[in-house]
Amino acid sequence: MSFLELNDLRIHFPTDDGLVKSVDGLSFTLERGRTLGIVGESGSGKSVTSLGILGLHKGGRAKISGEIWLDGEELVAASPEHVRTLRGKKMAMIFQDPLSAMHPYYTVGAQIIEAYRIHHQVSKAVARKHAVDLLGRVGIPQPDRRVDSYPHEFSGGMRQRAMIAMALSCDPELLIADEPTTALDVTVQAQILDLMRDLQQEFNSALIIITHDLGVVAELSDDILVMYGGRCIEYGSAEDIFERPEHPYTWGLLGSMPRLDRERTERLTPIKGTPPSLINVPSGCAFHPRCAFEPRTGGKGRTEVPELLETEGGHLVRCHMTREERRAAWEQEIKPTLESE
Amino acid sequence: MVTYIIRRLIWGVFMLAIVSLITFAIFFLVPRLAGATSESLATRYVGRTANAEQVQIATERLGFNDPLIVQYGRFAKGIVAGADYDYGPGVEHCPAPCFGYSFLTRLPVWPDLLNRLPVTMSLAFGAAVIWLLTGVATGVVSALRRGSVFDRAAMTVALAGVSLPIFFTGIVSLVAFSYGRPLAITAPGGSFTPFFDNPVQWAYNLILPWITLAFLYAAGYARLTRSGMLETMNEDYIRTARAKGLSERVVVFKHGLRGALTPIVTIFGLDVGLLMGGAVLTESTFSLPGIGKYAIDAIVNQDLPKVMGVTLVTAFFVVAANLIVDLLYAVVDPRVRLT
Repeated sequence: MSFLELNDLRIHFPTDDGLVKSVDGLSFTLERGRTLGIVGESGSGKSVTSLGILGLHKGGRAKISGEIWLDGEELVAASPEHVRTLRGKKMAMIFQDPLSAMHPYYTVGAQIIEAYRIHHQVSKAVARKHAVDLLGRVGIPQPDRRVDSYPHEFSGGMRQRAMIAMALSCDPELLIADEPTTALDVTVQAQILDLMRDLQQEFNSALIIITHDLGVVAELSDDILVMYGGRCIEYGSAEDIFERPEHPYTWGLLGSMPRLDRERTERLTPIKGTPPSLINVPSGCAFHPRCAFEPRTGGKGRTEVPELLETEGGHLVRCHMTREERRAAWEQEIKPTLESE
Repeated sequence: MVTYIIRRLIWGVFMLAIVSLITFAIFFLVPRLAGATSESLATRYVGRTANAEQVQIATERLGFNDPLIVQYGRFAKGIVAGADYDYGPGVEHCPAPCFGYSFLTRLPVWPDLLNRLPVTMSLAFGAAVIWLLTGVATGVVSALRRGSVFDRAAMTVALAGVSLPIFFTGIVSLVAFSYGRPLAITAPGGSFTPFFDNPVQWAYNLILPWITLAFLYAAGYARLTRSGMLETMNEDYIRTARAKGLSERVVVFKHGLRGALTPIVTIFGLDVGLLMGGAVLTESTFSLPGIGKYAIDAIVNQDLPKVMGVTLVTAFFVVAANLIVDLLYAVVDPRVRLT
C-alpha cells in the first residue's frame, strides 16, 4: 500500500442553500519522497481536500465519506482525538498567507515551540533551541534573535520561512503546502520553492503542493492532479500534464499561464465563464458549459458524467472525447497557439 | 514608552482642567445666562432664611461680584493648592484638594469623598470580577455552541440584563434574597464593613449588590465576547493552531480568546474607571454609602460643592482609566506601538 492513499473521498457541507459538494469522489496515491501538485481554480476543492486529510473538518458540519490511508492507518473513520495526535507530527501543513496564519499576539518562536512541545515532552529551553535551529535551517538570519520577534516584524518571505519551520518542527512525513507562495513576491517565491525542494529531499517526506499556479507545480511536482468542481479531471506525471495534456480544462490552464517565451503582443487566453457552483453542479461533465469542445461529444457532455479513465501509463483523464480526438485536438489546435514563436 | 506616558499624563491634566472649566461653567456661568444675579447665587450658600443684608455680605465674601475668570481661578486654585474661607469671625483653611464645604453638613467635601471611596471601590471591583468571569465564560460557550439552546438562552438573558434597570433587578433581588427570606444570603442593605475589618462580613454585605451590578455588565460582556470569539475562531491562525495538533481547549483559550481579548480589556478598563465615580443606581438601591449615593444625596439637596466634587473625582478616574487602558493595549497587542 502507498504511503498516502485516498479512496473516493467525499467532503460535503450542508448549507441553507443546499449541499455543497466540495470534494466529490477523489482518489489518488502518494509515496514518500514524491511531490504531488494539486491544481485548480478557486473553489475546485483543493484546500478542502488538504484540510480533510488533516482531519480539520472532523467535528464540524462536513459530511465526510471514503477512505484516507496514511502509512497503513485509515483516518476518515478514526477518532478525532487520534487524528489530532498525528496532526503536526506525522502530517503538517504550510498555509497560504503567513501573516493571517500565524497568531499576531505570540512570537514566532513561541509558536514553533508550541508546535514542537505538543508532540515532544521536552523543556521549554530544549524546544527553544530546536526552534532556533529550525529558523536557521529555513534561512532566517540571526535565528537566535529573530526567534523572539512577532510575525508582524517579519517580511512576507521571512514569515513564510517561519511558517515552514513551524510545519517542519516535528519532522512530518506528509507535508501539505496550500498556496505556499501566492502571497509572496516573485523573487521570494523562487527562494521558498527552492527551500521546500531541499527540505523535502532532506526529510524524504511526501509533499502535496496545492496551487492555482501551474508555474509552481512545474517547478516542484513529480505528479500533477487537476481538480475541477470537486473532482479530479486529469492526473499524470508532470511531463504528461505539460507535454501531453488531454483535458480541455488543462489546456485552458496552460493557455492562461503567462510565459516569458511568448510574444508580448499575444494575449493570454483565459478560460471562458466562471467556476461551477458546487451546489448545482452542471449536469453531465461539470466543465461542459465552458468547454469549446463540448459539441464534439454529441450531447453526452450535458447528460453524462464522464469516467476518469487511464489513457496511457498512469495518465488519467475525465473526458467524453475519445483518446484520438483529444490527442488530435491538442496537437493540431491547442499546442500551436501556445507555442507560436 | 516613558515619553508616551509623560505626554499622556500632561494631556490628562489638561483634560481635567477642561472638565473643571466645564463644570464651573455649568454651575456658575449658565445660571447667570439664565438670569441669575450674584445675589441669587449666594442665596444657595446662606439658605432661605437669610435676610437681604446677610446675602449681600455672603455675595461679597464668596466673591460672586468678581469677574468670572477670577472666580474660576479661585475655584481651580482651591483644588490644586487649597483655599482659605473667610467666614467673618475668622479664616478657615481648606487643604488641597479643596472642593469647598457642604451646605448641609458644613464639612469639607474631599474627606467625605475619601471616606466613601472604599465602599465604591469594593462594590466596583467585586462586581467587576464577577461580571468579567461570568460574562466572558458565557460568551465563549455561546460562541462555541452558536445556535444551541444554551446560546439562545444566554443571549436572551443577556438582552434582559442589558435592558433591565438596576432599580428593578436590585429590588427584586432584595425581596427574594434578603429581609429574612429563607434564601437570604445578605444583609438587608445599608451596611458596609471595611474589608480589613472583616473580609467575610465585607463580602456578605456586598454579595447582592455585586451580583445585581455584575448582571447588568456581564450581559454586555457576554455579547461582546461572543461576537469577538465568533470572529477570531474563523481566523486563519485558529486553523493553524488546530493543524499543529493542539487540543481544542488550548485552541479556544490560548489562541481564540487571546485574539478576542483586546476589545474586552478596553471596555473593562473604561467601565471600572467610570464605576469608581460611583454606581449611582446600585448604591441608592442598596443604600450603600458610596460615592454614587453621595452624589444622589447631594443633587437631591442641591448641595453644590458636593456635586462638583463628585463630578471632578469621576472625571479623574475616567481620565486615569483611559490612560491605563491605552497602556494595557500595548501589553495585550504587541503590534501596538506607543509613540
